[in-house]
Amino acid sequence: MERRELARALSNPQDISCPPRIREPWSVLGVTGSPGVGKSCIVDKIVKSWVDEGDKVAVLAIDPSSPVTGGALLGDRMRMSSVDANDSVFFRSIATRNVPGGIPAMLDRMIDLLFHEGWRKIIIETVGSGQSEVRVVAVADRILLVEGPGRGDIIQAEKAGIIELSDIIAVNKSDLPGAEKVAQEIKLSLEMSDTKPPAILLCSAESGDGISELIETINDLPNAKGPSIAKARERLLSANQEILLNHPDFSDVLKSLVADEISIADAMALLKGA
Amino acid sequence: MPGSLRIVIAKPGLDGHDRGAKVVARALRDAGHEVIYTGLRRTPEQIVRIVMDEDAQVLGLSSLSGAHGFLFPRVCELLNEAGLDDVIVFGGGIIPERDRSALLDSGVSAIFGPGTTSTEMVDFLDSLEV
Repeated sequence: MERRELARALSNPQDISCPPRIREPWSVLGVTGSPGVGKSCIVDKIVKSWVDEGDKVAVLAIDPSSPVTGGALLGDRMRMSSVDANDSVFFRSIATRNVPGGIPAMLDRMIDLLFHEGWRKIIIETVGSGQSEVRVVAVADRILLVEGPGRGDIIQAEKAGIIELSDIIAVNKSDLPGAEKVAQEIKLSLEMSDTKPPAILLCSAESGDGISELIETINDLPNAKGPSIAKARERLLSANQEILLNHPDFSDVLKSLVADEISIADAMALLKGA
Repeated sequence: MPGSLRIVIAKPGLDGHDRGAKVVARALRDAGHEVIYTGLRRTPEQIVRIVMDEDAQVLGLSSLSGAHGFLFPRVCELLNEAGLDDVIVFGGGIIPERDRSALLDSGVSAIFGPGTTSTEMVDFLDSLEV
């Protein structure tokens, strides 16, 4: 498939039919974290390193659409100038709307197609806030959570959701004061849980400190032994949500809700049995 | 009326001013389009690659540096070479009146200068057949 043909096919994920990707070795890295922590800059470094190793790398950068106008401003490539003319890098911005059938399922198909076409390293980049975003990143084989200093009470904000899914937590901007404290706080909070905590690394995409260690740790991640409970849970929830969203009466029920004609319980009853 | 479009807004060449491009990107987003902003100082080759990978139907070029006479036609030429001749190109920024006909001849469909309202641009996009 030529590059342009591939780009076109990705615009119509519902029409993609290709065999599912091979899960071992793992190929899909999800990168998530709050706006401004430096996800794009870190992704840029990872992409460069993988391309230097001879890999073909595809990046799918996901941004929310405006729920009001449906429009979206996709600016993730701004910080990735190094990749724009490289034949070994494919970068695609995706707005959450206009993907019929729901993002996680469609993303799975897009990834299968990219893999099938020889893009053996794939990065999903997403804003890590909100439950739907957690679901998007749960499509990935391995997950990197990016944090940074000066964000107040992070653990409180993030709740368990995304930290539970993460394989590595990178505290970026280690050149700024407060980064070490954030890493310490995350470590402390994770020690309280029963499961094996993810690796926590300090790095600075700005100065380059800790970046090669971060990439090495990512490269050394073992293959997932089947989806973890948390990940499976997110996939199940997103599949359930898709059923709801694709229900033929969905928009009618929504209108009745807005008009105060029915309760949420009524609505759920009406949408049952999809 | 084509509905929601995928539009790349690009800053070709050595030009450090993108307030205008960002305002345009925002206005087109608010009109319901998916807008991909490239960031500053992109080469024509990079811009064409972005348009291809993003499967965009429309490309907006912004230039305030005076190099539009070279950069805009070069982007159009590379689009044609890449088989992307169906992509609609429009331009904006500081483009003197006397330069415009040459740009329009090279494949640019419309040029919007200072004072253009966002409605004018949205109407232009709505009138496209893509």
